[in-house]
Amino acid sequence: MLRDITLGQYYQADSVLHRLDPRVKLIGTIAYIIALFMCTNVWGYLAVTVFLCSIIVISKVPVKFMLKGMKAILFLIIITVCFNMFMTQGEVLVSFWRLKITKEGLIVAAKMAIRLSYLIIGSSLMTLTTTPNQLTDGLEKLLGPLKKIHMPVHEIAMMMSIALRFIPILMEETDKIMKAQMARGANFDTGNIFQKAKSLVPLLVPLFISAFRRANDLAMAMEARCYKGGESRTKMKPLKYQGRDIAGYLILVGFVAAVVATRWIP
Amino acid sequence: MSLIFNHVSHQYDPDAAIPVLALKDVNLKIEDGGFYGLIGHTGSGKSTLVQHMNGLLKPTAGEIYYEGRDICDKDFDIKSLRHEVGLVFQYPEHQLFEATVFEDVCFGPKNMGLSKKDAELRAFEALTQVGLDAEYFYASPFELSGGQKRRVAIAGVLAMKPKILILDEPTAGLDPKGRDDILNQIKKLHDEQGITIVLVSHSMEDVANYVDTIIVMNKGEVMYNDSPKNVFTHVEELEAIGLAAPSVTYIMRALSAQGFDVDLTATTTREAADTIINALSDRM
Ligand SMILES: Nc1ncnc2c1ncn2[C@@H]1O[C@H](COP(=O)(O)OP(=O)(O)O)[C@@H](O)[C@H]1O
Ligand SMILES: [Mg+2]
Repeated sequence: MLRDITLGQYYQADSVLHRLDPRVKLIGTIAYIIALFMCTNVWGYLAVTVFLCSIIVISKVPVKFMLKGMKAILFLIIITVCFNMFMTQGEVLVSFWRLKITKEGLIVAAKMAIRLSYLIIGSSLMTLTTTPNQLTDGLEKLLGPLKKIHMPVHEIAMMMSIALRFIPILMEETDKIMKAQMARGANFDTGNIFQKAKSLVPLLVPLFISAFRRANDLAMAMEARCYKGGESRTKMKPLKYQGRDIAGYLILVGFVAAVVATRWIP
Repeated sequence: MSLIFNHVSHQYDPDAAIPVLALKDVNLKIEDGGFYGLIGHTGSGKSTLVQHMNGLLKPTAGEIYYEGRDICDKDFDIKSLRHEVGLVFQYPEHQLFEATVFEDVCFGPKNMGLSKKDAELRAFEALTQVGLDAEYFYASPFELSGGQKRRVAIAGVLAMKPKILILDEPTAGLDPKGRDDILNQIKKLHDEQGITIVLVSHSMEDVANYVDTIIVMNKGEVMYNDSPKNVFTHVEELEAIGLAAPSVTYIMRALSAQGFDVDLTATTTREAADTIINALSDRM
């Protein structure tokens, strides 16, 4: 159920993608998203699909594992698709009651569905193959120049990685509290929208309290170990580019160029 | 009037590559008025098992019958099952959410559709039963100590007047006194109200003095389901699965090895004291 959301989870495996420098993966994800939204025709989508599929194969993360993550956001995708399908003006194909499905609407909806699911698969691939620690390191290194203008880069990176780390824990907690309240006769899925919203109180209050308690414990544990971010902090495993990272960048440049090139294919 | 498990298995992830069964072919009968101890190492499937008892989890194979009816039947009233089989989760204090202790305990009865007055009467009764001082009834549950919070949470389930009360590790994280207090309250509920109790624990010491049947779980399977005396004769097997017999059993064994004529099946401290006195008076 809730714990099926794979976004923000790490999948242990031994692949080139796992060993890649996190900076390459971060920049790669951004480049991939930009490329995805630059597609204008079938060829563009084909290029992205080929890229995504090869990455999935290389990552050694089971496809099933990724699809399970998709299940959770299927609802979001369906809503987006419906809106696009019914709201776009154009040549009417089918109409019933007050709803019309137009040809343009279908195309927009299909594009939207592909983009959304590719976006989510692509970005979850990054978190699936990168540990939160690596992710922080990569972010911090990439945003390093911003320190010059007094941005608390280290702190931001730390906060982000902690937030990511907490997603699965909070999911599990939600599941547990939900069950505990159901054992007391709580009902989460019946009634009108107001009753439903009200029925969430017994879930949300303990969840928030638990999140604060965890945050507090974590802060305490960090301080107990004399954690101090920023300037004088050194790294146990400083990031260094290897041959494969350079190759990764080259492949990325090639990929983006290919997608851009498809714009000129009629 | 009982809860029967018939060849129940449970798999959390039905499409895992290597199927891992959290429960494996469990056969059990929870009789009315019994006091059961469910024991097993962490991860042995105790929590999974008890969540089947009130229908929070459904078996992936096998059937569960409550009072002769399959709880997975479409027309089975799962809500009323949850009123009759009360389940107190591990660390139940994490589920408190209302502004006052009293209101929180009212949550269960209100969900049963009782009137405000009836719900309050039950809350009052339940809070008294768990031995919480009346001065805390209108305090915020978050201001209480760990042991007090746990009592409130137990009262929250008790207020539904369940016929079977299941407590998942009710003593986890409590100090020795808090532990004994809670266990004694639970025993009182069993003795005075006739509620069937299922007490989950990973400590033999906890249950040895209270229960009349011990169910030992190991890797999702029921290993023993017998009286404490009989279960504790398998000391070596218990140790092999990461459990231990109560210290009384070890003391009896040591005394016996020293040539004292003590009763090896003594499990409670009371029985131990008696048999030691007997053995000593024999010697005199
Ligand atoms: N919600 C869940 N999803 C997947 N696996 C679970 C879940 N809860 C428990 N498990 C697994 O089932 C097994 C039994 O767990 P549990 O019933 O919690 O044991 P216990 O309560 O005896 O410590 C463990 O291997 C655990 O990892
Ligand atoms: Mg447990």
